[in-house]
Amino acid sequence: MLDLLWMVPALPLTGYLILALLGRRLSRSGVAAVGVGSVALSALLSVRVAFSFVSSFHQTPVYVQRLWTWLNAFDFRPSVALRLDALSLVFVLVVTIVGFLIHLYSTEFMAEDEGFRRFFAYLNLFIASMLILVLADNLLVLYLGWEGVGLCSYLLIGFWYKDPANGYAARKAFIITRVGDTALAVGIFVLYVGLGTLEIQGLVDQAAAKWLPGSSAAVAAAALLLGGAIGKSAQLPLQTWLPDAMAGPTPVSALIHAATMVTAGVYLMVRMHGIFELAPVIMIITAVIGALTLLMAGFSALSQVDIKRVLAYSTISQVGYMFLAVGVGAWSAAVFHFLTHACFKALLFLGAGVIILGLDHEHNIFKMGGLRKKVPFVFWTFLAGACSLAALPLVTAGFYSKDLILWAAWSSPGGSAWLWAAGVVGTFLTAAYTFRMVFITFFGPLKSPFQLKPGFRLKAPLLVLAFLSIVAGFLEMPESLGNLPVLSRFLGSVLPGLGGGNIGRQIWLQVFTSGVVLAGISIAYVLFRRRFDETQRFLGTPAPARIDRFFYAGWGMDTLYDRLFVRPVEWLARIDPDDFVDLIFKGIARLNAALHIILARTQTGRLNWYAMGMALGAVILLALAVWL
Amino acid sequence: MNLAFYLAGAVSVAASLLAVTRRRAIHGLLYFVVSVLSLAVVFFVLGAPFAAALEVIIYAGAIMVLFVFVVMMLNLESGTGKKEGRPFSLRVWLGPAGLSLVLLAELIYIVASGGQGELGGVAIGPKAVGLSLFGKYAVGVELVAFLLLGGIIGAYHLGWHQGKKGS
Amino acid sequence: MTSVDFGTGLTLAAILFVIGLAGVIARRNIIMILLSIEIMMNAAGLAVIVAGARWGQPDGQAVFLFILAVAAAEIAVGLALILRIHHRIKSLDSDDYTQMKG
Repeated sequence: MLDLLWMVPALPLTGYLILALLGRRLSRSGVAAVGVGSVALSALLSVRVAFSFVSSFHQTPVYVQRLWTWLNAFDFRPSVALRLDALSLVFVLVVTIVGFLIHLYSTEFMAEDEGFRRFFAYLNLFIASMLILVLADNLLVLYLGWEGVGLCSYLLIGFWYKDPANGYAARKAFIITRVGDTALAVGIFVLYVGLGTLEIQGLVDQAAAKWLPGSSAAVAAAALLLGGAIGKSAQLPLQTWLPDAMAGPTPVSALIHAATMVTAGVYLMVRMHGIFELAPVIMIITAVIGALTLLMAGFSALSQVDIKRVLAYSTISQVGYMFLAVGVGAWSAAVFHFLTHACFKALLFLGAGVIILGLDHEHNIFKMGGLRKKVPFVFWTFLAGACSLAALPLVTAGFYSKDLILWAAWSSPGGSAWLWAAGVVGTFLTAAYTFRMVFITFFGPLKSPFQLKPGFRLKAPLLVLAFLSIVAGFLEMPESLGNLPVLSRFLGSVLPGLGGGNIGRQIWLQVFTSGVVLAGISIAYVLFRRRFDETQRFLGTPAPARIDRFFYAGWGMDTLYDRLFVRPVEWLARIDPDDFVDLIFKGIARLNAALHIILARTQTGRLNWYAMGMALGAVILLALAVWL
Repeated sequence: MNLAFYLAGAVSVAASLLAVTRRRAIHGLLYFVVSVLSLAVVFFVLGAPFAAALEVIIYAGAIMVLFVFVVMMLNLESGTGKKEGRPFSLRVWLGPAGLSLVLLAELIYIVASGGQGELGGVAIGPKAVGLSLFGKYAVGVELVAFLLLGGIIGAYHLGWHQGKKGS
Repeated sequence: MTSVDFGTGLTLAAILFVIGLAGVIARRNIIMILLSIEIMMNAAGLAVIVAGARWGQPDGQAVFLFILAVAAAEIAVGLALILRIHHRIKSLDSDDYTQMKG
């Protein structure tokens, strides 16, 4: 069964091809069948492959399937190869299953849209690219998937292209992630030049053999890989594209900008942990970036008004946690948090989608309210997701994954008290902004009429994801609470283990974190439910209003980039409209036009002229034949 | 017999030269018929009596006669063709003549550096030609039949509306 | 009996061919152009006969027959076309046939 691995990315890719080439002939239900069916089959197949893999896990912890040789130039012979090990299996299962649920949801969400076929084509292409990325056996194939998801992100953010603002958001996302992509590309070059191979196993082995810890080659490579990860995962300083990416349809935000693409950077770093471990300074930088980002995004989420932007900043913040975990060397913890985050963040986005649809595309949470009684199903599932995000103690998956990260930040050799403190403050902020969102959206008086009866296809994914948001945490129970590290033992075949430690201290920290979470929820309750009007009045006064606006604008980074990059480039373009390079291109065009005019004159239409031409040609050819 | 060859050849060349330089088409045609007839003599001298007969019967006797009939009977040149004015001025003929002479020089060069051989030793009669045509070149004969059929149909169709509406 | 040189025969063919070519390029009257083409074909036929005579085989005359057939078909169709165009624009000057210009 394992040799059907190639079909896992091939099925969605085929779905894309069918929809792109023949989709116009299919009916709506046909398009939906192809779009959802290909991902469903892929999900089923990955589960089947997972079973085969796990049953033969002890003999073969890694399965590589070489498909064909991609290039053959001098000594460079990369092949298109897929690698299945514990790490990629986790990612594959998440991408296909969550992807399937979101596809199902989209059939009802996008039912009225005229771009239905296009949507599913792009979505299928995205799943295919993401699967190629996580199943890649060498960095070249990974880069292929990387670029593919970037392209699909652009296409899907700007899906409603008739509104130029959406196109702007799509371009912004693409250009900013491009900065990261370039860093990744250069990083791949550095790795190849330094180690002579691009295969993942080869890189890890060669790096351990050839590069000393802390050597400049390792640091350079790790820094460049980090640069790529920052771009794709929207961390400081390349995080400004993600809030604007919410211009795309909600399923897109759920799939790409919550569950999968933004975690591609985390995947890259975890995959290349061998390189990162040789560059401790880069690990420290990663952790610091993660910590700063999670704080910054947490504060920004507190001031957001659009429900999707709250979730967007929340995503940036949670991915910051994953970076923090990577930076302190807790690789499995990062993967665990990825898993739980995919479940609850997708749930939150999908729930928000139902609300937005029902309120006729209203995004402003202050225009919502009272939805708890109106759509109790959405409320309870959303609440499950929100609790998981806020890391409600013991009963939610988010608690276990976030707690693991905090423990690693405190106790592991790369961690420090400052990082742990940042994580804890972040936890408080997460609980606060999450429940701010919940209270304002679902409680209080009904401010706008809700006019939708969500069907099975909207509700079933919410239910499944809500279940997972609660239950997925039990995959990794820490030592103080039952000691069932299923996930990290599974990942232990690929990644270095997490440190254990002082159970007493663990329990103290867990209690402390739980307290912080409950405090955050209570503060949110007080500020945004009990004393809502007073809070709003307070935020209206000058000083708090300025801070509020500062947080709202993402700490002013958009303005900063505008002043620093955008305006100078525009100024340069304005003062230099017709430069030397332009002249070359214009010159070529003009030369062509002139030649055309000259040649057109030879078509006189006169017989004698043509006959003379033929005779002349004969003379010249004969001369050439005779004298050469 | 060499003399016959050279004499007939000279007549042919002279007649061709005159043919292309006549002002009136019908004169040119008649000069060309002369050229064809002298070429028939050349063929005979070279030991190809069958070809000589064919040249006279078919080329001069059918093709050129068709040409002459069409030009004469349909009065094609009434009111037309006079525009050519002075077709024999130097300006008109300089280019073509020059080009032709260059081509001629090249051809003679090629011929001269080619093989040697003698012509006209044996006369090859119709029987040998017939055997060759319907033996080795049978397919070619069939193809020529297609071609002639196509020519007949084309000429018939194109000339069909001539008497009627015209276009 | 006779022995004409191979090169001489081909030279005669070349001269006739070149005369025809000059006629095609220089004349404007479409009938004269067609005539000049006939001269060229005749010259080609001569060349073929000369070649056959050089090797003493009937192949030359066989091919000459083919050339003759081609010339016949061509003249027939060509004259029909000339009749049509003359009927349409009443002119035999090839400078008037420039609709395919540019």
